[in-house]
Amino acid sequence: MLNLVLRRLGTMVLIMLVVALLLFLINEGDPRLIARSVLGPYAQDEQLDAWIMQHGYDRSLFVRYFEWISRVLTGDLGDSIIYKRPVNEIFWDRLGNTAILAGVTFLVMVVVALVLGVLAGMKEGSTQDRVISVFSIATTSVPEYASAVILAGVFVYWLAVLPGTSSMTGGFSVVELILPVLVLTLYGFGYIARMTRASMAEVMTTPYIRTAVLKGLPYRHIIMKHALRNALIAPFTVIMLQINWLLSGVVVTEFAFGYKGFGALLLEAALRRDIFLIEACGLAAVFVAVFTQTVGDLGYTYLNPRIRFK
Amino acid sequence: MSVTEHAGASGDDAPVLEISGLRLSYYTRAGEIPAVMDFDLTVRKGESVGLVGESGCGKSTVANGIMRYMGRNGGIVGGSIRFKGRDMSEFSEEEIRRIRGRDIAMIYQEPMASLNPSMTIARQLTEVPMVHEGVSEEEARRRAREMLEAVHIPDPNRLMASYPHQVSGGQQQRVVIAMALLSRPALLLLDEPTTALDVTVEAGIVELIAELSKEAGTSLLYISHNLGLMLEVCDRICVMYSGEVVEEGHIDSIFSWPKHPYTHGLFGCIPLPHADKNARPLVAIPGQLPLPHQRPTGCYFGPRCSFFEPGRCDGDLVAMESVHTDDDPAHRVRCLRWNEIDHDAAVRVEETREPVSVGETVLEVDNMRKYYEVRETSLAALVSRGSPRQVKANEQISFRAGEGETVAIVGESGCGKSTFAKVLMGLETATEGEVRLDGTDLGSIPVKQRTPEQLASLQMVFQNPNDTLNPSHSVGAQIARVIRRFGIESEPARVQQQVFRLLDTVKLPRDFASRKPRQLSGGQKQRIGIARAFAGNPKTVIADEPISALDVSVAAAVTELLMDIQREHRTTLLFISHDLSAVRYLSDRVVVMYLGQIMERGSTEEVFAPPYHPYTEALLSAVPIADPEVEKRRIVLEGNLPSPLDPPKGCPFSTRCPRRLGSICDTDPPPVQMNADRHAIACHIPLEELRLVEPVITIPERDALPAGEGATG
Amino acid sequence: MTDQTTTAAPDSRLMTAARSVLLLRESPVGVFGGLIVLTFMLLAIFAPLVAPFDPNATILPFATPGTANPEGGIFLFGTDHLGRDILSRIIWGGQRVLFYASAATISAYVVGILMGLAAGYFRGWLDEVISFVANVILSFPIMVLYVLIIAKFGASGINIIFAVVFASSPGIMRIVRGVTMDIATRDYIAAAQTRGEGPWYIMLVEILPNARGPLIVDFCLRMGYTTITIGALGFLGLGLPPPDPDWGGMITETRAFVTGGFPHMAIFPACAVSLLVLGFNLLADGLREVSLRD
Ligand SMILES: Nc1ncnc2c1ncn2[C@@H]1O[C@H](COP(=O)(O)OP(=O)(O)O)[C@@H](O)[C@H]1O
Ligand code: SF4
Ligand code: SF4
Ligand SMILES: [Mg+2]
Repeated sequence: MLNLVLRRLGTMVLIMLVVALLLFLINEGDPRLIARSVLGPYAQDEQLDAWIMQHGYDRSLFVRYFEWISRVLTGDLGDSIIYKRPVNEIFWDRLGNTAILAGVTFLVMVVVALVLGVLAGMKEGSTQDRVISVFSIATTSVPEYASAVILAGVFVYWLAVLPGTSSMTGGFSVVELILPVLVLTLYGFGYIARMTRASMAEVMTTPYIRTAVLKGLPYRHIIMKHALRNALIAPFTVIMLQINWLLSGVVVTEFAFGYKGFGALLLEAALRRDIFLIEACGLAAVFVAVFTQTVGDLGYTYLNPRIRFK
Repeated sequence: MSVTEHAGASGDDAPVLEISGLRLSYYTRAGEIPAVMDFDLTVRKGESVGLVGESGCGKSTVANGIMRYMGRNGGIVGGSIRFKGRDMSEFSEEEIRRIRGRDIAMIYQEPMASLNPSMTIARQLTEVPMVHEGVSEEEARRRAREMLEAVHIPDPNRLMASYPHQVSGGQQQRVVIAMALLSRPALLLLDEPTTALDVTVEAGIVELIAELSKEAGTSLLYISHNLGLMLEVCDRICVMYSGEVVEEGHIDSIFSWPKHPYTHGLFGCIPLPHADKNARPLVAIPGQLPLPHQRPTGCYFGPRCSFFEPGRCDGDLVAMESVHTDDDPAHRVRCLRWNEIDHDAAVRVEETREPVSVGETVLEVDNMRKYYEVRETSLAALVSRGSPRQVKANEQISFRAGEGETVAIVGESGCGKSTFAKVLMGLETATEGEVRLDGTDLGSIPVKQRTPEQLASLQMVFQNPNDTLNPSHSVGAQIARVIRRFGIESEPARVQQQVFRLLDTVKLPRDFASRKPRQLSGGQKQRIGIARAFAGNPKTVIADEPISALDVSVAAAVTELLMDIQREHRTTLLFISHDLSAVRYLSDRVVVMYLGQIMERGSTEEVFAPPYHPYTEALLSAVPIADPEVEKRRIVLEGNLPSPLDPPKGCPFSTRCPRRLGSICDTDPPPVQMNADRHAIACHIPLEELRLVEPVITIPERDALPAGEGATG
Repeated sequence: MTDQTTTAAPDSRLMTAARSVLLLRESPVGVFGGLIVLTFMLLAIFAPLVAPFDPNATILPFATPGTANPEGGIFLFGTDHLGRDILSRIIWGGQRVLFYASAATISAYVVGILMGLAAGYFRGWLDEVISFVANVILSFPIMVLYVLIIAKFGASGINIIFAVVFASSPGIMRIVRGVTMDIATRDYIAAAQTRGEGPWYIMLVEILPNARGPLIVDFCLRMGYTTITIGALGFLGLGLPPPDPDWGGMITETRAFVTGGFPHMAIFPACAVSLLVLGFNLLADGLREVSLRD
């Protein structure tokens, strides 16, 4: 087990290094482009060259990559070009905002998905199952940007009960969080629900459930003690993977509602070629994704006694 | 046991289970599938009744019907099931639940799958008495431990703390049996409980079941496709065919005077470990089991029956009739012509065959070894140091096979049979030693580097009929591809002719060429597999358990076919099997393997008679023999097969050997002793001593046919 | 391929296709999804005939649904802030979306299948390398990856296709790899090896056809997902260049008017995306259900 943990962590570090390299190549591969985005479109060639020399961008990629990595590791993320301030000053606030949005969504989504998934999979083929399945397919078909305008039409325009943007300019507001969370949950829960349903349905047809039934155990006991434990192992990985998808949704949703999170920041940075900001956002996103996936894998092996007690 | 005893026991008590006119159906898109028709069965107290028949005849459906566990698409259509005199159809769901596990318990084929992988064995056992009898957890644990001891589990405490995957298959099945017996049920249903186990492990489980049923007074309904096992466990048997019982009676009566042509046919297609291909060729039952919704009118067995009489057998449904035999007044049969048929006469007609003369040596295996390195993932292994562990899948394999000769390689799962086949085929290369085919060493030539001639001269027939053909391509296309690859023919029309010729050879109609594999039955797929192997006129064919997945009646036909083609082409056949009866039946020479090593090799007569290697002796004793007259010495092996990752140091068999000499067996590899020219035994026990061992199987002084005398009734 | 078919019944492939269609009949939900997709495809193919107006003509701004066009006809779905007919823009936008989604998904499949076959069949270091690269790509939240790629290389049709291939072929590769590893253990593969077939013959002729079940289902799902992605890029301003209509772009241009009294401008394209994706998802679900039977 320890061996496994170490190996997974090793893979995680390796992936992060490669991802960082990719980010670095995309953003800082060509020194002239950096100089151009820092100095602006009207800078002269000599000015660019001077800037490149001055900031050490004439050195080899390799050297610069490791220098950049070590700077990032010591907490120096560089300066934002558009905000003309250290990235650190802007970035962490935004990340915190996103953590709130994603965290709340995640909780709501997982609870809804697991309950519905188990209810559907318990009685495969029943009306209960069909209704839940079709409902979750339907919601999964409505992307965030579509549900954002549809729900805005309903709740903001017609019913006028919710605010249309979530920029939180007047401080943190729970009401402003409702629509973004709803939008993300609607689109995201279906996948987990369907995986849970599949897993539950499969478990219900296994010989060991048949054994449990023919041992004369009460139905509740069979579901709670025999089925759930096995049926929730597989969805666990899916749930952790879902965080990766949630981050994608966050980019769109934050943009749609003007929510000041890191997704909106990334978009802004990318559109305006703010190199260090892009790098910080990219690294953060991938770190969260890789980390949760590692947790998911390890959790899976931990939950599965067939692997744990090898 | 005698019949009077049995009749006496049944006299006192009301039947535990009484099924009459039971009809069970499944409902699918294709409509109603009447899996079980008009089924009658009575099980008395303490009695064990066998239910035997080909797969798909409805055995499991009956068991599930008794449990009222028919799945979402199954249901009871008619008839009644009475349990201890009460009609079960009147029971509520809740009552049924209380009966399940407490009064009627059930055991299945796959022990591993039957146990919950994420609960400890203790919890799975203790919940039975806790739910049914409301006892405390402590009491439940105590009972569980006792029951585990009763099923001969050596270390119950350790086992209870384990998860199912941590114990071996044999132990798992003992746990399942213990679980079923915990509430002392009146009736125990066993659905092929040993089919998934190795023969030596099976022998132990069967012995346990027989022992428990005698002791506990539990009635058994024992379902199996294996007539030999019935003989060891059951008092009475019911032979099922296509959803109904076609013959039932006391076990002695059925074995001595089978009346139904189907029962009779079944005996004719089982190889016995005391008869070979030349003395008693197998007689397959032609055709195959009809699907439940495609049964013929009249007698369901009609289309396969050689005594079929048009106008009579295809008229009304056939009813059960009593047959009074000396052994059993309750013997009944479902055949219109049972008292007209002279099975004896029919049997005598069969001709015996000339033994094949063995030609020059074709295949020579010389000190072949195959070690696998067990590594973690390859990149990780490059980084980490430490020597990788080795699995010695094959260790010093040596033998020879001549032209036209059949050499059997026997052993239980994991003994290295399939590895050996892979090395031969070039799917793996030998670690050491040589495998010479016609003088060329192929052991070190992987399949990619073999010439088309080398490839064609060595072909294989595979085990699993559902895996052997590519489901996406038509049968004809798959055979044609081989013909072209091996350069037999290349012009399309002639390839087509060749395909037809091969289909003729394996006795399949020519229009099968355009069929997809899913339109074929298991036996037909195996035939295509054989056609494919013989398409390039191979010198040597390896058949890896070619019949073990088939039903007896089909297996017999495939076996005969394989042998006929081999005979005709004078092909060398390497027959890999775990079934000693089949091996005895068709092979000229036998190689017995255990944990990757050869324990004994010699001609079939030599291996099947003393001196035996102690492992051969145990294997022989484990074979269920469907002949009540045959006397068998019982040797039940303790323990399980050791892991090939961690084999015993000295003799591989030392952990389970009943004749183990002492520490020498644990520490020193046994010497290979030559008993005769090519009969070798690897054991520390001197040959003189082994020669004194009594034969395991004693054949009675009479005609060896089980269905011989007095069949005229 | 040709070798395999010569002796097969000539119409077997047609029969197989016909049977799948017939089987789908058994899943009403799947049929419904299929009809939705079919409708959108027909609309896309016959866009010039069925679209009532020129999608880029500015006629009458802020017309609500049902308003009559002064030049004749009716704006069934109304017009946008520039006065362009929304229905016509949805129909033409559908053509663009379907074209790019199919082109991108099919390309991703070609790449993913080849990678997956190679990784799953050859195993060893090749598998490790391919799988590692896939892991790296898959560890990017997908929208982050799109934003990075498109922002770097610019928004154009070909770049969108490239981005989709880059981002989704690893997922396809994983599926194919898994199925390949499973099928590679079958005896008929051993049979092919022992008659000396080359690796690519085995992968393409012996393995791939047997993997089609899960792949077809996944293809439908991915078509839906790519549709969403193309819309999302348009929505974020990284999509196909204006003024030609594209659903995501239409939503983003007009969403400010949703709360300002003209919700129809953004809601109709939003419904169009959702409906098409729903069609793909239901079709996939129906196919999966049907393929699980038997
Ligand atoms: N769930 C099911 N749905 C439809 N048909 C079934 C089902 N289970 C079994 N059958 C059919 O019923 C017949 C009897 O099957 P079964 O009882 O499993 O036979 P056995 O145990 O003797 O092998 C077979 O033809 C089988 O195909
Ligand atoms: S009834 Fe006729 S067909 Fe049926 S088993 Fe008897 S003889 Fe054969
Ligand atoms: S060497 Fe010893 S352990 Fe091995 S078979 Fe002979 S007696 Fe048994
Ligand atoms: Mg069965």
